[in-house]
Amino acid sequence: MTAIEAGEIPSAMSTAKRRSAGSRMAWRGLAFAAPAVLLLFATYIIPIVVLTGFSVTDYKLGALAFHFVGIGNFVKAFHDAVFLRALTNTALYVAIVIPFGVFLALGVAMLVHARKRSRAFWEAAYFLPVTATLVAMATVWQFLLHPSIGPVNAAIKWFGFEPVSFLSNPTLLIPSMAAIGVWQVLGFNMVLFLAGLTAIPKDLYEAAQLDGAKNPIDRFLTVTWPMLGPTTLFVAVTTSISAFKVFETVAVLTKGRAGSEVLLFELYLEGFEYSNTGYAAALTLIFLAIILVLSIGQTFYLDRKVHY
Amino acid sequence: MTPRAVELHGIGKGFGADDVLKNIDLTIRPGEFLSLVGMSGCGKSTLLRIIAGLEQPDRGTVLIGGEDVTKRDPSDRNLAMVFQSYALYPHMTVRQNIATPLRMRRLSLAARLPLVGGMAASSHTLGEIDQAVAAAAALLQIDHLLDRKPAQLSGGQRQRVALARALVREPAAFLMDEPLSNLDAKLRAHMRDELAGLHRRLGATFIYVTHDQVEAMTMSDRIALMTEGRIEQLGTPDELYRQPATLTVARFIGTPSINLLPVEISAEGRVHAQGQDLGLAVADRKGDAATLGLRPEDLHPVVDGLAVRIARSEMHGADRFVHCHLLKDEAVRLTVRIHAGAALEADADGVLHLGFRRENAHLFGDDGLRCALADRREVAA
Repeated sequence: MTAIEAGEIPSAMSTAKRRSAGSRMAWRGLAFAAPAVLLLFATYIIPIVVLTGFSVTDYKLGALAFHFVGIGNFVKAFHDAVFLRALTNTALYVAIVIPFGVFLALGVAMLVHARKRSRAFWEAAYFLPVTATLVAMATVWQFLLHPSIGPVNAAIKWFGFEPVSFLSNPTLLIPSMAAIGVWQVLGFNMVLFLAGLTAIPKDLYEAAQLDGAKNPIDRFLTVTWPMLGPTTLFVAVTTSISAFKVFETVAVLTKGRAGSEVLLFELYLEGFEYSNTGYAAALTLIFLAIILVLSIGQTFYLDRKVHY
Repeated sequence: MTPRAVELHGIGKGFGADDVLKNIDLTIRPGEFLSLVGMSGCGKSTLLRIIAGLEQPDRGTVLIGGEDVTKRDPSDRNLAMVFQSYALYPHMTVRQNIATPLRMRRLSLAARLPLVGGMAASSHTLGEIDQAVAAAAALLQIDHLLDRKPAQLSGGQRQRVALARALVREPAAFLMDEPLSNLDAKLRAHMRDELAGLHRRLGATFIYVTHDQVEAMTMSDRIALMTEGRIEQLGTPDELYRQPATLTVARFIGTPSINLLPVEISAEGRVHAQGQDLGLAVADRKGDAATLGLRPEDLHPVVDGLAVRIARSEMHGADRFVHCHLLKDEAVRLTVRIHAGAALEADADGVLHLGFRRENAHLFGDDGLRCALADRREVAA
């Protein structure tokens, strides 16, 4: 008996020691992950939970009491003419900004990439709008597009056409703002495409040339476009997200008047101007869902196609 | 397939102040396997790229099959090239990779466009392309890999795909830029064998760039050894090995490398090493310093010859390399290659006498050029 006990004790001790060493490692791992996890909770998870909580109430900023309204806010949103107009306006804006913002940037990047000495100049020139504050730049655009004093309309008049009121004609309003949006993302996207272009091995172009790719279209389709796949996906996702977030141009140019409502501006009005916190929270959730579905869809569907 | 000759006349090329190529004249015969070999920076790759049209020469002309193609685009020269990196299109399957040169040449631009292209292509042409791809894949034994992408292949398999893409369309000549240097040693030896076999079967003109003299020696019909933008010697592997025209060639060709012995030529034209008469004579360059080159396998023990002390011996399977140094000058090292079963008998002090046959001696003047050895009688006369 004693012999067995004597034999058991050390083995039990070593197991305990091993277990405590393992748990120490686990605690250490958690400690390393903790700052990131805490930040994630503080800035994303908890706000989203609180937001979801607000979205099912009729809480108004500063109100002392509020009631649970279930999905009432969401039902209201889809019957709210202003919100629906904001939704279609944003969709139109995004539909213009994505293709132009992506493909124009690709074209510009290829032109700039082909320059040798003047490349640095063109890179800086196209990148400048990215560094400028959009609020200030929107004011500049307001002047440029002004029907009576703007240079754009002066040029139109010089050609003998009637001046166009870009920022008050409801049909031109969203496309005009989309053009400003394209101008704003172009430089950033161009830099991303330039990085992608630089990473394409020269060998591939040479192999394509020897394989008989004589014209630039062949070289583009055989090498450039497929090799830029991952870059294009990234550019498309970031451009669509920033397009959905259009706010400054609307805030400065029209303040959401004349049928220029967009999602984020509408959200801002409901939440901070009209203090409809509950309703604004519901709108935010809808906005979040749209962005999430879009970027997850793009990433999962296209990711398989662009990585080889 | 009719193999074409490739002729280079007075090719010169400079990057900045340096001349990378200095007046190269070279004719590659139809169906020949010619290697451009040399150290890195000798201009061999630039020369190949000039033939391909990827680089423009500053001077000179390139003729393929008798036609001047100097100003032609690479796509119009009907050449196929295998790159060191293989340069396979990563987004295409092996089948599409191999088919690309045929699609580019046989299909119209409209038929090559993605999505809509299928409608514009004639099914007859597409069938022909499929057949050619299948034949090329069968030749290189990669039929089972046709639906994979390059990322799913090993280095050796990618190499085969690159070769298949090159030979699918019967080009005027094949250009290869160090195609085996990314493979491990065993696979490289195997692919060497296959490339030589492929050349025999196709009977095509091969221009092969390498820095590895073993590759050049084992596969080539002729070798052009380049240094500093010039062709140092052009000849068969045998000629380069047995009759090296310069000291550089002698040094570059052969493993283990040639033994070099500093010698003096006496006023009478006798060749001396450390004051010892080696029994060799020359007609000119009397009184000069020179270098005597002796291949490791051409040295053998004699009763009275160069006295050396054995440092160590290396077993290489069939052969044994015995490393020695001169008794009179320890800085001069010699390697003797003997059959593994044989032995070098040294005396009690570890000293051995080495001799060689006159026809195996390579004498180079202090300008690096080969000196003809004279019969002893001629010199005496």
